[in-house]
Amino acid sequence: MSRDALLSATHLARHYQVKGGPFSKPATVKALVDASFELYPGQTLAVVGESGCGKSTLARVLTMIEPPTSGELVISGHHVSLKEGQRPPAELRREVQIIFQNPYGSLNPRKTVATMLEEPLKLNRRDMSAGERREAARAMIEKVGLRPEHIDRYPHMFSGGQRQRIAIARALMLNPKILVLDEPVSALDLSIQAQVLNLLGDLQDEFGLAYVFISHDLSVVRRIADDVIVMYFGQPVETGPAETVFTTPRHPYTQALFSATPVADPNRRRERMKLKGEPPSPLAPPPGCPFAPRCRLATSECTEGDPPLNEVADGVRVACIHVDQAMAAHEASA
Amino acid sequence: MALLDIEGLSVRFQTSSGLFPAVENVDIKVDRGEVWSIVGESGSGKSVAMLATMGLLPWTAEVTAERMLFDGQDLQRLGSRQRRRIVGGEMSMIFQEPMSSLNPCFTVGAQLDEMIKQHRGGTRRERHERALDLLAQVGIPDPARRIRAYPHQLSGGMSQRVMIAMAISCDPRLLIADEPTTALDVTIQAQILELLLRLQEEKGMALILITHDMGVVAETARNVIVQYAGRQVEKQEVRSLFAAPRHPYTEALLSALPERSGDADRLPTIPGVVPGQHDRPTGCLFNPRCRYVTEHCREVAPIPAADDPAHTLCHYPLNDPQAATPPDGLSPRSQQQDDNPEVRP
Repeated sequence: MSRDALLSATHLARHYQVKGGPFSKPATVKALVDASFELYPGQTLAVVGESGCGKSTLARVLTMIEPPTSGELVISGHHVSLKEGQRPPAELRREVQIIFQNPYGSLNPRKTVATMLEEPLKLNRRDMSAGERREAARAMIEKVGLRPEHIDRYPHMFSGGQRQRIAIARALMLNPKILVLDEPVSALDLSIQAQVLNLLGDLQDEFGLAYVFISHDLSVVRRIADDVIVMYFGQPVETGPAETVFTTPRHPYTQALFSATPVADPNRRRERMKLKGEPPSPLAPPPGCPFAPRCRLATSECTEGDPPLNEVADGVRVACIHVDQAMAAHEASA
Repeated sequence: MALLDIEGLSVRFQTSSGLFPAVENVDIKVDRGEVWSIVGESGSGKSVAMLATMGLLPWTAEVTAERMLFDGQDLQRLGSRQRRRIVGGEMSMIFQEPMSSLNPCFTVGAQLDEMIKQHRGGTRRERHERALDLLAQVGIPDPARRIRAYPHQLSGGMSQRVMIAMAISCDPRLLIADEPTTALDVTIQAQILELLLRLQEEKGMALILITHDMGVVAETARNVIVQYAGRQVEKQEVRSLFAAPRHPYTEALLSALPERSGDADRLPTIPGVVPGQHDRPTGCLFNPRCRYVTEHCREVAPIPAADDPAHTLCHYPLNDPQAATPPDGLSPRSQQQDDNPEVRP
């Protein structure tokens, strides 16, 4: 490791207990299984996958909203080892901030922009006076591309893109080092999406922020990510540098996911890799590789045990025992 | 004769602060077996125009049109009884949120049965057979069991398949799909789009696909209508739309796509936001956000040139196929400024 990682996760897992009905036993849902990665300053790590793949659970664990069930999380050199119900130290929580998908739900409609931006300072920076707080909020609102007069307005007076800017400003008030972005542009129109992505890029350059960018939109991810984790059913199935993963997807699921994504080019009509069926129910996980029931390369071996996440190329790790066949099939179709 | 022939459709909503024009002067002509796509951002009136066609808008909406024909029948003059025969039967629609479009209190079978009973009749056994057949057609595994399922027991993709089964239950000649895959994952989206196109081809239906996703447009539609702020800004065949957009809005929208921006450091953006009820500009509705704007655009609302097959709603359409290629070193803008706007029709 050449640089110091801001955040490192080792075999991170999060399980939930689900109450059964009156006649059934409680069950365990493994929302996140065995996620390991490192995050460096100024870097963007993208997490992609379909709904139910554990992307948002990962976000909740990273922001310390929920403790991991097992595994180790180290943020800025501090070990986060928590029991259920315990709160992480405040100085650690300041380092990691989160931005949610829907800016219509994440801002309190009864508070003005100024109140929302000053609140984190009020709680965490007791040394600041009211005037200083106001000044900091004003400076931040301009930084995210809104005008100073917007500061006394309420969320309903803003459009979706502007609200997302406010959410970004609020997250940055405490100078965090890591920003977890949970589908930050999915709810925005195309023309607004580009504005917000540019803003995120500028802020990253200015503050050296590390981003954990959770998204299902592959064209956005391809553009901004340095590294990418593809998840399926709670497990990372392929991780590596974004450019490598996008040019040569190796896991059958990654290949199918990329192939299913529509491309805005009418001249490129290609044969889609068809993925039959739907992701399995978390209450009844299939034996072995969770992707096996939908996988075109699945054999009986696949159902015998979890495939290990092996390094198959420079920095690329893939959890598939048939990775060579998947690669050959991909090359043949390309 | 076109299957659906709409000219000059406008929809205005009564709001507490006056009438709000949600759709203005929209023309749609769809022939049998055609696939059209209406694309636009939120607030562009793409859903409202189609809901007006279906007659599904509330009383606060004021729908006017010069012509509104479905298979030669005037939809504006139709009584509610006759309209009900067409809507849902010959012309049907599926919506964005499959989970909230189905009634949670009834089984899938009961809801399918109601549709078939209303429009086609038949004995209980016939209807049941038909419902099973429909579920199989839309690719639902084990239809005999699923027909007894309630909507909450189905996933999003399965619910959308049920919605499609209901929509095609009476062999419609026109199917309107309003953002059918927006709420679904990409692998399921691919399945649903393929299903819609397969059914369209098998049954020779016309299909109107409303979407905001340029990728979906590129891969499914043959003809595209682009809407902005309730107006139709251009209408083109899909390939030429992507290769040579005629309206500055379409051009800007396409260049804002992350996959089309190449290695540029920043994504090209469209400044500003879609105008709302209180900040509608004078002249061209796109003028505050347009990079080619002139004084003329701010004052005079454009009308499509009579000889323009794309019906571009712009004073200075881009990529004019009739125009000679501009000499080197001349940007589109400087070329257009030579045009005298006064001589344009």
